[in-house]
Amino acid sequence: MKRFLTILLILASFACLIAEEAPYFRAKDRPYDKGDAIILEWKLPASIDSLQIQKADSLGVYQTLFIPLEGETSFVDQDLTYDTSYKYRLLAFGAEGADSLQLTASAITKQNWFYMDKLAFLLMLIILSAAIIYYILAAKRGKQFFIRRISGLDSMEEAIGRATEKGKPILFVPGVAELGDIQTLSSLSILSQLAYRAAEYNTEIIVPCRFSMVLSAAREVVKEAYLKAGRSDAFKEENIFYLTDDQFGFVAGIDGIIVREEPAANFFLGSFYAESLILAETGLSTGAIQTAGTANAHQLPFFVVSCDYTLIGEELFAASAYLSRDAQQVGSLKGHDFGKLLVIVLIIVGVILEIAGISWLKTFLMGAGS
Amino acid sequence: MKRNIPLILAFLAGLLMIVSEFIPHRPFSNMVETLENWFMIIAGFSIVLGLASLLQMNYQKISTKAENWGYHLACVIAFALIVIMGALWGMEDQPGLLGQGEKIVSWLGKKPFDYTYDNALVPLSATMFSLLAFFIASAAYRAFIIRTFESNLLMISAVIVILGRTGFGTMLTSWIPESYRIWQLPVLADFIMQYPNTAAQRAILISASLGIIGSSLRIILGIERSYLGGDK
Repeated sequence: MKRFLTILLILASFACLIAEEAPYFRAKDRPYDKGDAIILEWKLPASIDSLQIQKADSLGVYQTLFIPLEGETSFVDQDLTYDTSYKYRLLAFGAEGADSLQLTASAITKQNWFYMDKLAFLLMLIILSAAIIYYILAAKRGKQFFIRRISGLDSMEEAIGRATEKGKPILFVPGVAELGDIQTLSSLSILSQLAYRAAEYNTEIIVPCRFSMVLSAAREVVKEAYLKAGRSDAFKEENIFYLTDDQFGFVAGIDGIIVREEPAANFFLGSFYAESLILAETGLSTGAIQTAGTANAHQLPFFVVSCDYTLIGEELFAASAYLSRDAQQVGSLKGHDFGKLLVIVLIIVGVILEIAGISWLKTFLMGAGS
Repeated sequence: MKRNIPLILAFLAGLLMIVSEFIPHRPFSNMVETLENWFMIIAGFSIVLGLASLLQMNYQKISTKAENWGYHLACVIAFALIVIMGALWGMEDQPGLLGQGEKIVSWLGKKPFDYTYDNALVPLSATMFSLLAFFIASAAYRAFIIRTFESNLLMISAVIVILGRTGFGTMLTSWIPESYRIWQLPVLADFIMQYPNTAAQRAILISASLGIIGSSLRIILGIERSYLGGDK
């Protein structure tokens, strides 16, 4: 028995050796995906001069899919349909006098239940969410948290006060993105607080919107704020209006409002692109007190230069919690701080490991978990 | 109840979107696409709301002869014209009520809708965009005035980057030997853009991303509900 097993082992090793040396062409379903790709791999003798990969169409006729460059040994055929069988053919042409080869392979695309390359993101999300929920629950139990002052938000009272004194309106622009953008939602949360205070001071608030969906949400937000302040009679629906979907048409409309109405305070909060500087500079020219905020990092310098106060990145998302002073929301801000600490630790550890020549952490975090 | 149903819907939709980000199997794999299609359908209907708002606001200003009412009249006339042109002759390959409008196309070279779009809207948008050049100049002037230590640093970095991106900058420092090439303006400009600038941008990006996670979680859990109009 022992001798038989030894012979079997030797034969198997020999077979493996032969298999490694022999030319092959394999097709396999790409693991951990939504069943939309097949990986093609091949190994050919050195005598091969050029090759071509073909794919069978719905009638079974082979069409050229890809002509690999010299040295390439794999290809990913993408945008496929799941649970479908695909046939491939590799045509390898030998150099002058050498044999040519024709190899075929097939595979079926399969949908999987997890994107393994997103494992690091999932772990980070779970840790951050757990931290945020923990701090929210701690705040619910009555724990007090310190949050640093955000002068851009503290200035809101000043801006409203100035508008009231001058008898001029407040202009609020909720960005140029659709309602599905989280920056627009954060902007509307700030609008809610601002409209409440404006209602208390009996100051008009003008809200031009780029999209109809944003318009309907903004109207609801301002209306509720006026109701909450007990000033529903002062609510003017016509002050929250749609301008245009066109980016620069929208800017032209707002610039017109700024120049004609001369609002005493301008708020540009949300997602902004090329229009940020045009809006902020026009506002500056009228002498209005300006507060801006966006998470689009490339627009921040423009706002910093032209506005009195700027909410940088995360401050826009923290604004609602900061203004409401709601314990649970403030608790969630502590969760953000924990996230920052985690990122700082990961960066330091990552740098040390990379210097030491160990790169598994970087590979894992960059999504090569599959 | 009026408030709870939207909150439950927001919770379920938020949860589904998170789950579908990590599960490639159906039904989750096409969930995002489906929800985006739903959003498009709702947004399509809401265009009517936007148009109603636009006309209502402008009509009010015109009817009360409010200050600058002429601008509002111009807006309504432009709106009506473009709708009429689109309805009568269509746009691009799409026919209108009067078909493809061959006669008017032979006269204008294009359909009236496309002609107006290309010759009015596009130049007007370009004009607005070009204003940026002047605004950048005035904003840069204000930013670079030396007042504090920070504005000093900003001004020095800006001068290096601006010069480093021009042929003049290359000419100024091309005499510096290769062993000290870091001091050549183009190399120095690249260094500023690649390291300090990228580091600062990434810091903002990371903190903003954490803010987005926190905000999303507050909305999904129903803690942040002011976007619905109120707290109660």
